[in-house]
Amino acid sequence: MLTIQTPEAIMFWVLAPLSVVAALGMLLVKKAVHSALLLAWVMITLAIFYIAQDALFLGIVQIVVYTGAVMMLFLFILMLVGVDASDSLTETIPGLRPIAITAAIGFGGLLVSLIGRATLGHDAYGLTQANSEGNVEALAQLLFSTYVFPFEVVSALLITAALGAMVLAHHQRAVPRVTQREQAIARFRGKSLGSAAGLPNPGVFARHNAVDVPALLPDGSAAPNSISATLKARGDMLDSTQFELSEVDNTVTEEK
Amino acid sequence: MNPYNYLYLSALLFTIGAVGVVVRRNAIVVFMCIELMLNAANLTLVTFSRINGTLDGQVIAFFTMVVAACEVVVGLAIIVAIYRSRRSASVDDASLLKR
Repeated sequence: MLTIQTPEAIMFWVLAPLSVVAALGMLLVKKAVHSALLLAWVMITLAIFYIAQDALFLGIVQIVVYTGAVMMLFLFILMLVGVDASDSLTETIPGLRPIAITAAIGFGGLLVSLIGRATLGHDAYGLTQANSEGNVEALAQLLFSTYVFPFEVVSALLITAALGAMVLAHHQRAVPRVTQREQAIARFRGKSLGSAAGLPNPGVFARHNAVDVPALLPDGSAAPNSISATLKARGDMLDSTQFELSEVDNTVTEEK
Repeated sequence: MNPYNYLYLSALLFTIGAVGVVVRRNAIVVFMCIELMLNAANLTLVTFSRINGTLDGQVIAFFTMVVAACEVVVGLAIIVAIYRSRRSASVDDASLLKR
């Protein structure tokens, strides 16, 4: 017979609303990174619930695998893909949102009323007897006896998933890589020999040598091809005129 | 309090995850909502394991976690592959069969 102690009840009534609020926030926040952080919080509360429900091993695995590995993988991919128009919360299919919310209320109401009406026919037993020799030991006993075949199948699935990810992430070149020799030939047979020795380096000698300032040509004008095209497109290029010497001090003081 | 409250919480989280899959446009957020649904199902399994006094539910929840990890790896690889060819992570943009 299972009796739930007061501390667990307090823990539940504090953490359960917080996890529901975080899950709702996951839907409502605009940025995908914030969604990921809220989901990480939901997963941590679930880990606490597992540990409170005598599933110590699963609670630890939940934190290590989900909040540790899976959520970091999500954040990693978010950083890789970046932020784009898909983050907008505007409705692209008209009428989708009311339908989705109505369906969700119906589905959730159905689930809740089903749980409320269903009876198990016996009282809750609790896991004190099953966990008598330790949760991990009891789980291992089950995993390597009754569930040993599913365990092996799952290992095959893991290997297949790793291979699949490698195949999907593999990027095949459409055109062969340009060799250094071909680049050199292209430089010398190009429109002008001006860049045959390579493009000029950025920066104004002796005044400012950062990568965002174009080099000066002999006639004093800026050389735009000395700056990375990315910086130019971003508008991060500085004007080199501000680093010009206003007047050169030509007076020589006699030293004694 | 009785352990059935965990089942109500799990039902709520599952429903929220389902709404997220339908409503959100960013493929990665959709994927995170699927993870939320899987986690809600895991909470149900763990709660029933406790109610029934056997550890089988926890073993199944453990298998769910392993399968979810596989799913995340393959799914994110697909998202990255789609992003690489279309420069977008929106589920609305990947509608090539429609046109």
